[in-house]
Amino acid sequence: MDFSYETLVAFSKSWGLFYMMGFFLCVCAYAFWPRNRNRFDRAKHSILERDDTPWQK
Amino acid sequence: MLANLTSSERQYALILASAVALAGVAMAIMGRSDVLGVHGVIVMLFGGGIAWVVMTSFYGPEPTDDRTASYYDDPIKVGIVLSMVWAVFGMFMGVWVAAQLAWPNLAFDAAWSSFGRLRPTHTTGVIFGFGGNALIATSFHVVQRTSRARLAGQVSPWFVLLGFNLFCVLAVSGYLLGITQSKEYAEAEWYADLWLVIVWVTYFILYIATIARRKEPHIYVANWYFMAFILVVAILHIINNLALPISLGHAKSYTIWPGVQDAMVQWWYGHNAVAFFLTAGFLGMLYYYLPVRAQRPIFSYRLSILSFWGIVFFYMWAGSHHLHYTALPHWVQTLGMTFSVMLLVPSWASAGNALLTLNGAWHRVRDDATLRFMMAAAVFYGLSTFEGSFMAIRPVNSLSHYTDWTVGHVHAGALGWVALITFGSLYTLVPSLWKRERMYSATLVEVHFWLAIAGTLIYVFAMWNSGIIQGLMWRTYTEEGALAYSFVDSLVAMYPYYIARAFGGLLFLIGAVIGCYNIWMTVRATPLAATRADVPVQPAAVPGE
Repeated sequence: MDFSYETLVAFSKSWGLFYMMGFFLCVCAYAFWPRNRNRFDRAKHSILERDDTPWQK
Repeated sequence: MLANLTSSERQYALILASAVALAGVAMAIMGRSDVLGVHGVIVMLFGGGIAWVVMTSFYGPEPTDDRTASYYDDPIKVGIVLSMVWAVFGMFMGVWVAAQLAWPNLAFDAAWSSFGRLRPTHTTGVIFGFGGNALIATSFHVVQRTSRARLAGQVSPWFVLLGFNLFCVLAVSGYLLGITQSKEYAEAEWYADLWLVIVWVTYFILYIATIARRKEPHIYVANWYFMAFILVVAILHIINNLALPISLGHAKSYTIWPGVQDAMVQWWYGHNAVAFFLTAGFLGMLYYYLPVRAQRPIFSYRLSILSFWGIVFFYMWAGSHHLHYTALPHWVQTLGMTFSVMLLVPSWASAGNALLTLNGAWHRVRDDATLRFMMAAAVFYGLSTFEGSFMAIRPVNSLSHYTDWTVGHVHAGALGWVALITFGSLYTLVPSLWKRERMYSATLVEVHFWLAIAGTLIYVFAMWNSGIIQGLMWRTYTEEGALAYSFVDSLVAMYPYYIARAFGGLLFLIGAVIGCYNIWMTVRATPLAATRADVPVQPAAVPGE
């Protein structure tokens, strides 16, 4: 296979955009997915808990 | 420190330290006619010194406490001390080189003390020595607390911390000897680079293994930033430092990247070193220590996730803005410029998220200089990311590039953002780590804060002025179409600004020295706080497992 400079540039200029958009949509879906709300709320409050020891088996 | 290691772990530590010392002997023998030999001796002494420390308490009693019932804080404490030592060293070198620009006689006519050799000791000292040690220490703290799990190793945290410092020592001593790859922020030569790869991969494995021990279902966002920092710095470091030494007995190597590709790889590395070393890791600090100090949860957790992925994916493409108007293809320059402008969105999302977290706690910001350090850091983060996006625009860059404006921008970020968030985090971390009620002196924290702010502002304003004057003088033409000013004319015009910048840096250095004293006195003098809530979680507390 022989890739020319122009082929690679055309590929990056077109598909680069689509993969970025796709990625953006995935991240938004993850951040705003209703089921994740509790998990995020718990995470942001959990660092304020006073306890300073690891969990143990 | 060693009392917390079992005898088999001490053996393991001794073997590692001896192996390093032996590698140093090998380097010293192979590089006897080269500066590599000097570095061999340094490695030998470093490994030998640690082996000696291990041996002095080799036959001490075994640790009696149940180690799984507490966090592993010893490496964090040493990391904080090393970080502050490097801060004073790196900032002192910075003041020295700044003063050399105003008064060149301060090079004292020696090769080792010339500007070109001292300048990378400043950048490596502050970025890797001060910043790197602070990142390692705080990441070890944050990952344990947010995962509620002890570090996943007993010797490996020491290997990471001390191994990283060996890299810094080799880098800095190499510059003074005249060893350099001539790549900015990647000056250290091939053997030091190989060593850093080993250390860094260990760091990554240790971090992942600790997170794998967590009880929480969700990984707190600060860890995402620290993981991005560790992973991406490994990738950047390896790719940018692919090089062939001229022989195993010589310090000198040549990069495998030719011409403009070398320039592109270097600035892909260089800008992402800013992004992932100086931004992502310190955002990890911000997302943990700012909410903890303010006693308020982060304003929007969702926004922190969106800005995380924005920063990770946009920064990767921004490096080419360092190469505007060069042989780099025009579209690559445009790509870098576009992504740099887009970066403003996730950057301001993080800065805004931090400031909105403080909304409703402004009285704390007023009363508590530690929290004010972090608030000011968020403000400087917002300002310098705006400035960076602006300077990446090609026509703006035609004025700013190669001038002191760039230096001013870097220091708005490094002093105003990186150093302030670090000091804020350390002042939060030190009392809790050494189980003290508070820092030794709140007044000294206050003094440090104002010295740091004054130093940063003097520095940045001096460089804005001198940079724009330089840029304008270099592009002013006479009616005949000749350049109106020679380079020396522009140099003479810089004189007052160079003095102002050295003075601003000096104020910042004095602040750091005061910070060292305050931390030392906190560790030494203040009585122990009452140990509340310092008992292990019992199994009954975690039902359903």
